[in-house]
Amino acid sequence: MNNRVMSDASIMNTSAWQDLAPLLSVRDVNKYYAPGKGCGPVNFDLYPGEVMGIVGESGSGKSTLLSCLSARQTPDSGQIIYNSEQFGEMDLYAGDESERRVLMRSEWGIVHQHARDGLRMNVSAGANIGERLMAVGQRHYGDIRAKAEEWLEAVEIDANRIDDRPSQFSGGMQQRLQIARNLVTHPRLIFMDEPTGGLDVSVQARLLDLLRNLVSQLGLSVIIVTHDLAVARLLAHRLMVMRRGEVVESGLTDQVLDDPQHPYTQLLVSSILQN
Amino acid sequence: MTTMIRVSGLQKSFTLHNQGGASFEVLNGAQLEVQQGECVVLHGQSGAGKSTFLKALYANYSVDGGEILLRDGDEMLDLTQALPRRIINLRQHCLGYVSQFLRVIPRISTLDVVMQPLLDLGVDKAICEAKAKDLLSKLNVPERLWHLAPSTFSGGEQQRVNIARGFIVDYPILLLDEPTASLDATNRKVVVELINNAKARGAAIVGIFHDEDVREAVADRLVDIRAI
Ligand SMILES: Nc1ncnc2c1ncn2[C@@H]1O[C@H](COP(=O)(O)OP(=O)(O)O)[C@@H](O)[C@H]1O
Ligand SMILES: Nc1ncnc2c1ncn2[C@@H]1O[C@H](COP(=O)(O)OP(=O)(O)O)[C@@H](O)[C@H]1O
Ligand SMILES: [Mg+2]
Ligand SMILES: [Mg+2]
Repeated sequence: MNNRVMSDASIMNTSAWQDLAPLLSVRDVNKYYAPGKGCGPVNFDLYPGEVMGIVGESGSGKSTLLSCLSARQTPDSGQIIYNSEQFGEMDLYAGDESERRVLMRSEWGIVHQHARDGLRMNVSAGANIGERLMAVGQRHYGDIRAKAEEWLEAVEIDANRIDDRPSQFSGGMQQRLQIARNLVTHPRLIFMDEPTGGLDVSVQARLLDLLRNLVSQLGLSVIIVTHDLAVARLLAHRLMVMRRGEVVESGLTDQVLDDPQHPYTQLLVSSILQN
Repeated sequence: MTTMIRVSGLQKSFTLHNQGGASFEVLNGAQLEVQQGECVVLHGQSGAGKSTFLKALYANYSVDGGEILLRDGDEMLDLTQALPRRIINLRQHCLGYVSQFLRVIPRISTLDVVMQPLLDLGVDKAICEAKAKDLLSKLNVPERLWHLAPSTFSGGEQQRVNIARGFIVDYPILLLDEPTASLDATNRKVVVELINNAKARGAAIVGIFHDEDVREAVADRLVDIRAI
C-alpha cells in the first residue's frame, strides 16, 4: 500500500478512545413506507474509528436506514447529530441543505452496492477521482492527476488505466474505483451499502482485504450494510441486527455472532455455514 | 500481590429459541481470582462449562449476571458493563485469547496473521516481523509456510500459527483454551515454555489443557469449574 496516502494506526488502537465525542448520534429515528417496511426506532452513537455493521435479511430496512443516516432520506421522526470538522455539531435534517451537500463530498463517503450509482460511467477513472478533489476546491491539474494515480494504486488498479472509463473495468475494479473516488478527499465517515454484493467470491475476498486495510490504516469510521455475516465478522467492530425495520439486537460483533440472544439472530446465525 | 482478574457471581444460561426454547444453565455464581504471574487451570468434564467461562472472560459470550473485573493499569474494568469499543481496546493491549482453532482470513499470509496484533499497537513493522519469525521458528513452523495463507495448513500447523499470534503481544492477561490439543510432545514443550515465560514477566493466565504433562508444568492452581 502507498504510504503517502496512509496516515497512522487506527484511532481504535490509541488510548485516546475515552476522550472522544461521538461522531454520529442517532436518536429515535423512524422512517416507514408501510407497517414493517422501513426502519425504526433506531438509536446509537458511533465513535471515531468505529466500524458498525448493519445486518438482517433482505427487506429488513437496512438501506432505508443507511439513506437516513447519510442525509439522503428525511426520516419521519427522530434526530441525527453529526459532529462536523467544518460546521461543528449539526442536526442533519434541521440544518442547511447546502451544508449537507458539502459534507457529502468532503467529510463523508458513500459506497453504493452498484458501482453505476456511485461512479460516472462515461468519464475516465482519473476524472472520477479528480471530480471529488475539484469539488473540494483543488484546481491544479498536475496535482489532481498525481493524486488520482496514487489512489488507483492504493486500490490495486494499475495507474496506466487512468484514462479508461469505468465501463471498461470488471465489477471488482469498478467497486475499487468507487472506493478510491470516496477516499481521495480523506473523509472521516464512510457509508457502505453491500459493497461486496454481486461480486464473485474470489473478487469479494480481495475487496474485503483491501477495505479492512484501508479502514484500519486511515482510522475511518464506517457504517456498513450487509446481509453477509462473514463480511460483517471480518470488517465490523459492532453489529446491529434488523428485522422488519426494528433493531432486535446489537453489540460487539463476535458476541452477537457467537452468542446470539434474540430468536431472529439465532436463526440468522444458524442458517449460515460455520466458518 | 496484584489481582488481575476478579470474577464473582457469574451466571450464564443458553436459550435455544429455535429448538423449542430449551433453556439450560451452565454457570451459576462462578467466581475466581487470579494474581499477577499466576496460572490457573480449569478442569471438569466435557460440557461442564470451561470454555463458556473463558469466553465470558473475553466478552465473546455475554453473561446473565455477575461481575468480571479485569485489570487495565490502575483500573479494574467490569467487562459485563463495558462498551464494545472499550472491549476492543482492552483486547488490543491487555487481554489475549488463544483457542483451539485459528480463524483464518482469506489471502493473508502466516507472517501477517501472526504479527497483526502487534502491528495494530503501532509497533514498528521490522520489530513485529522479527518477533513473529522468532515465534514461528520456536514453534517449528517451517519457513516455507511463512508467506502462505494458513487456510490449507494441517490442524497442528494452524494451531501453532494461532499460538504464535496469541503470544506476539505481551498481554498482561492471557486466556488459553486447549492450545495444545493437536500438538506433539516437542511442540507441547515449546508452548509450556512460552506460558512459563509469560508467567515470569507477570502475566495472569487462565487455561484449559487436556494433557496432564502441560497441566503439571504450568499450573499454580487447578480449579474444578463445577466447584467455582
Ligand atoms: N421508496 C420506497 N417506497 C416504498 N417502499 C420502499 C421504498 N424503499 C424501500 N421500500 C420497502 O421498505 C422495505 C425495506 O427496504 P430496504 O431498506 O431496501 O431493505 P434492505 O436494504 O434491508 O433490503 C422493503 O419492504 C422495501 O420494499
Ligand atoms: N454458543 C452456545 N450456544 C448454545 N449452547 C452453548 C454455546 N456454547 C456452549 N454451549 C453449551 O454449554 C455447555 C458448556 O459448554 P462448554 O463451555 O463448551 O464446555 P467445556 O468447555 O467444559 O467442554 C455445553 O452444553 C454446550 O453445548
Ligand atoms: Mg438494501
Ligand atoms: Mg471446551
